[in-house]
Amino acid sequence: MSDFEAILKAYERSGGNPRFLRSSRVASLVVSGNRVLGANEIAGIHLTSEQLPDGVRVKVVVEPGVKLDTPAHLCFGVIPAEGIQRILSKFEIGAGAKADFIAHCTFPNARSIVHLMEAQIHVGRNAQMKYSETHYHGEEGGAEVLPKAQVIVDEGGQYAAEFTLTTGRVGKLDLDYVVNVDAHGVAELTTKAYGYGTDAISVKETIRLNGEGARGLAKARIAVRDQATSQVIGTTEGNAPFARGHVDCIEIVRDKAVANAIPVVKVTDPRAYVTHEAAIGTVDKKELETLMARGLDEETAVDVIIRGMLQ
Amino acid sequence: MQNGYLLRVENLHLQRQEKKILRGVTFEIAPWQVFALLGRNGSGKSSLAYTLMGCAGYTPSEGRILFNGQDITHLSITERARLGITLAWQEPARFEGLKVKDYLALGMKEPSREKMEAALNAVALSPLSYLERTVNDALSGGERKRIELAAVYAMRPRLAILDEPDSGIDVLSLDDIARLIRRLAAEGTAVLLITHRNEMVSVADVAALMCAGEILRIGEPQEMRDYYASRCQPCITVEAVEPPGGEYERL
Repeated sequence: MSDFEAILKAYERSGGNPRFLRSSRVASLVVSGNRVLGANEIAGIHLTSEQLPDGVRVKVVVEPGVKLDTPAHLCFGVIPAEGIQRILSKFEIGAGAKADFIAHCTFPNARSIVHLMEAQIHVGRNAQMKYSETHYHGEEGGAEVLPKAQVIVDEGGQYAAEFTLTTGRVGKLDLDYVVNVDAHGVAELTTKAYGYGTDAISVKETIRLNGEGARGLAKARIAVRDQATSQVIGTTEGNAPFARGHVDCIEIVRDKAVANAIPVVKVTDPRAYVTHEAAIGTVDKKELETLMARGLDEETAVDVIIRGMLQ
Repeated sequence: MQNGYLLRVENLHLQRQEKKILRGVTFEIAPWQVFALLGRNGSGKSSLAYTLMGCAGYTPSEGRILFNGQDITHLSITERARLGITLAWQEPARFEGLKVKDYLALGMKEPSREKMEAALNAVALSPLSYLERTVNDALSGGERKRIELAAVYAMRPRLAILDEPDSGIDVLSLDDIARLIRRLAAEGTAVLLITHRNEMVSVADVAALMCAGEILRIGEPQEMRDYYASRCQPCITVEAVEPPGGEYERL
């Protein structure tokens, strides 16, 4: 099997549809280890890449005013059981453009894989960017994933990012996203993860509402069981008049797992308004008993509730 | 089945945190029968429902529950559900991320779109509008209540315990609930209807009055209705202790 076929198979296992990576009408990028196996540009979007000793440097530019009809598909993976993959990415979404990205990161055989993702993202004036990233790390728990992003959202821009790691083991996750939002811009960060065994989850989501009327939501949905641990630090700052922000974290804990949630709200302008809510606990008794009263056993009922929360 | 009864409750006592909640509750429900349990708030009706379903913290201290001749007093909720008992909670749970169609399918033996639509139609909800919605706070209390009843209907249980299905439902929609209850019975489900609304009792075949953890009377629905309407006083709550002098008629 060629490397391309192997990575496509892993991509499919992580929930992606390989059809998009083969289509000439869909912008796409396929990276295995430190090699770019495929890249497809379409009108209005430019993808450039450079091979590094331990990864790839990627630049994605969406021209001003361009609105992509279909999401761009990105696939990053490592097929061997061991290795390091460093992805240095830069996204430039031009003023008034609109682009959705669907990324899958897959390490199906990970026994000792380190995946470092350092992204710099600029969402131009009145532009919109949506970035959905789904991970699959196999069943060994041997992946260490460190996604970092620095995001700037210009006036009237909109940025939404969703990170999902709910199938297979997490291994170690250390996510750190920081978004600076200008006037009337919007930022929404959502992280969903399900850890078990000895998985360790750390999520830091920071939204700085720096412009008048900027809005932000930092949201996390985490479930841990066995001896897994999680820590969520959701920060929203209201630094300008009429900025509105919210931090929303729900964690479900079972067995000997341990979860922490630290919502941080900071306001430096008296006309800004930032709120938070955080809840950690076991599965709700009434939800559990309702599903059991439909005939589900306890384990299945818990799974349905957790999967629902992580939807 | 023993002596023609689907459910037989014998001398059921329940104590929680040293308070007597149920005191020697005894009654029977026949297959296809609608049995209304009428009583004011705090009389122990919901506690009885949870005890029959086997909810955590509601293990009886005395007495037994027979279902289809089998002693189910110490079975789990799941085991009771798999025998054909289910419960619609007075305040239905909210499920983040769970769609109505998936919620309905959970209790169905052979889920199908057709059956889900029939279940929603049975509670006067449009399948087109609701199947893809989520069973969470975006639905009103009344909508969640109907979806809970639809889930019970979709499950086709042998015994449906409906804990105040009429609460949170506007008066004009009470007929919908009454129709659903009769439909359940007509299609082979016995119903234990728990209510404090006098007008709902007329849907039943048999009715009982409950007060302070005891079943005081069992009889014709009209008779129980009249008795409840004319003689019922604010209920002595289940936490209350008997007054000096012992028993007295509370209704």
